[in-house]
Amino acid sequence: MRQFSWFNATSLTLGFAFLYLPMIILVIYSFNESRLVTVWAGFSTKWYGELLQNEEFLDAAWVTVKVAFFSSTLATVLGTMAAQVLVRGGRFPGRTLFSGMIYAPLVMPEVITGLSLLLLFIGIGLDRGVLTVVLAHTTFSMCFVSVVVSSRLTSFDRSLEEAALDLGASPFDAFRLVTLPIIAPAVISSWLLAFTLSLDDLVIASFTTGPGATTLPIKVFSAVRLGVSPEINALSTIMIGIVTVGVITASLVSKRTALQQARAEQAAARTA
Amino acid sequence: MMRRTFLIALPYIWLLALFLVPFAIVLKISLSDIALARPPYMPQLDLTGGLAAVWDFITQLDFENFVFLTSDDLYWKAYLSSLKIAALSTAITLVVGYPIAYAMARAAKEWRPTLLMLVILPFWTSFLIRVYSWMGILSTEGVLNQFLIGIGAISEPLQILNTQTAVYIGIVYTYLPFMILPIYSALEKLDDSLLEAAEDLGCSRTTAFWLVTLPLSKGGVIAGCFLVFIPTLGEFVIPSLLGGSETLMIGKVLWEEFFSNRDWPVASAVAVILLLILIIPIVLFQRNEQKQREAEG
Repeated sequence: MRQFSWFNATSLTLGFAFLYLPMIILVIYSFNESRLVTVWAGFSTKWYGELLQNEEFLDAAWVTVKVAFFSSTLATVLGTMAAQVLVRGGRFPGRTLFSGMIYAPLVMPEVITGLSLLLLFIGIGLDRGVLTVVLAHTTFSMCFVSVVVSSRLTSFDRSLEEAALDLGASPFDAFRLVTLPIIAPAVISSWLLAFTLSLDDLVIASFTTGPGATTLPIKVFSAVRLGVSPEINALSTIMIGIVTVGVITASLVSKRTALQQARAEQAAARTA
Repeated sequence: MMRRTFLIALPYIWLLALFLVPFAIVLKISLSDIALARPPYMPQLDLTGGLAAVWDFITQLDFENFVFLTSDDLYWKAYLSSLKIAALSTAITLVVGYPIAYAMARAAKEWRPTLLMLVILPFWTSFLIRVYSWMGILSTEGVLNQFLIGIGAISEPLQILNTQTAVYIGIVYTYLPFMILPIYSALEKLDDSLLEAAEDLGCSRTTAFWLVTLPLSKGGVIAGCFLVFIPTLGEFVIPSLLGGSETLMIGKVLWEEFFSNRDWPVASAVAVILLLILIIPIVLFQRNEQKQREAEG
C-alpha cells in the first residue's frame, strides 16, 4: 500500500467540492426569503408552498412520472429480451445490424434521435402526446437496459441454465426459474436507470411531445431560460433529495445482500 | 423455435421501426425542399401512383440543402465551433478528472466504494438541474461574483454567464464523472509491484508515473475522452442555458432551425452532416473498447 500524499488529498477535496458545491448552493438558495435569488433575505420555505400550489408543475410532474414508469417498464422487458438475444441468441440473419442498433442510440446526439422520431410520428400520422414520448423513451432506454443486462448475462455460469434444460425445463421455464433470479439485480438497476433517463430527458421529449403532454424538464427548461427562479430552486432541491435518498438506500441494500450472500456461501461451504 | 423467433423478432422490429426507419426519413427529408404545406416539405411520395410516381419522386430529390449548408457560413462555423468546444472541454475534463481518479485509486480500499458512489451520485441527479445550478453561480449578481467582490479580488462583476467560458464550465462539470469512472477502473487494476520495480530500478516517482502509470491507464483515458467528446459535440442544453447568443453550437442550430424557422429539410441536412462527423469518433471508440476487451479476455 502506497502512502496517500497531500497531492491526492487535495485533488479529492477540490474535485468533490467542484462536484457538490453548485448543488449545495442551489439547495441553500431554495430556502431564501427573497425573490431576488442572489440576495439572502432570511430563511423561508415559502417557495415550496408556492411550488405545491402551482397546478402546471404538478400536472407536468404527474405526466413525467407516468411516462417514466411505462417507458422504463417496456424498456426493461424489451432490453432484457435484446440482451438475451445478443448473449445467448447464437447466429441469426441480421445479427450485426441488430447489435449495431443496440449500441448506436447510446452515442447518438439527442437532437438527432428526437428529430428523427418526430419525423416518423408525423409521417405515419400518429398524434403527439404521452404515447409518442413513451415510445421515444422506450427506444433509447432499452439500449441502456440491454447493455447493463448483457454484461451480467456474460459473467454468469451458463452451465446452470444447461442443467435446468437437461432436467427437462422448457427454455422459458429455464429463463424464468434460473436465469431471471440470477440477473434480477441487473434487471432492477437497469429499470431504475431507464426510469431516471426518462425523468431527466428534455431534448427527445421536446421533439416528440404534443399538447397536454408537457413533461417536467420541458416546463423547467422554459422557466429557467429567462433566468434563475426560486420555485425551480425548490423543485431542484426536492429532486436532489429524492435521488440522494434513493441512491444511498440502494447502495446500503446491495451491500447487505452481498453480505448475506457471502454468509450463506460460507455456511454452505461449512456444511459441505 | 417459435419462441426464439419471437424473442429475436420483437426487439428487432421495435428497433427497425423506431430507430432505423426514422433515420431513413431524416435522410429523405434532407434531400427534399421546404414547402408551405403540411408537412412543410416536398415532394411527397404517393405510392398509389405506382412506379412512375416513385420515379418522379426520386428525380425531385436533390442535394440543394447540403449545398446551402456550405454556402451559408452560419453552419460550417457552428460545426467548427462545436468541434473546438468539444475538443477543448474534453482536454480540460481530462486534466481535471485524472488527478481525481488517481487519488480515488490510491485511497484506502474501504474508502473506495464510498468515493465511487460520490462520483456516481451526480449522474443520477437531473442533468438539467446540474446545468441550471451554474446559472445562479455565474450570473453578474451571482454567488461567484459576490464572493470575488467580497474578498476584494475584483471591483466590477465579471461577465461569465452567456459566454463560452460558462459553456466550458458547464461541460466539464456535467461530464466529469464520465471521465473519472473509466480512468479509475483502469488505475484500480494497476499492479503496485510494477511501480515498485520501476523505483527499484532507479526511476523517480514522477518518472515512474510518466513511464508506467500513465501508459497503463491509456485505455481508460481514451474511453473517458470519447465518452465526453461524443455527447458534447451535439450538446443542446448547456449552450442554450449557459452560452447565450455568443456560443454557436450545432445542436442549438438544429433545434432553432426546426422549432423557430420550421425548416425541416435544412434541420434534417444539419443532422445528417452531424452524424457523418460523429461516425469517425464512434468507430474509433468501438475499436478502443474492443481492444480493451481482448486485452482483458
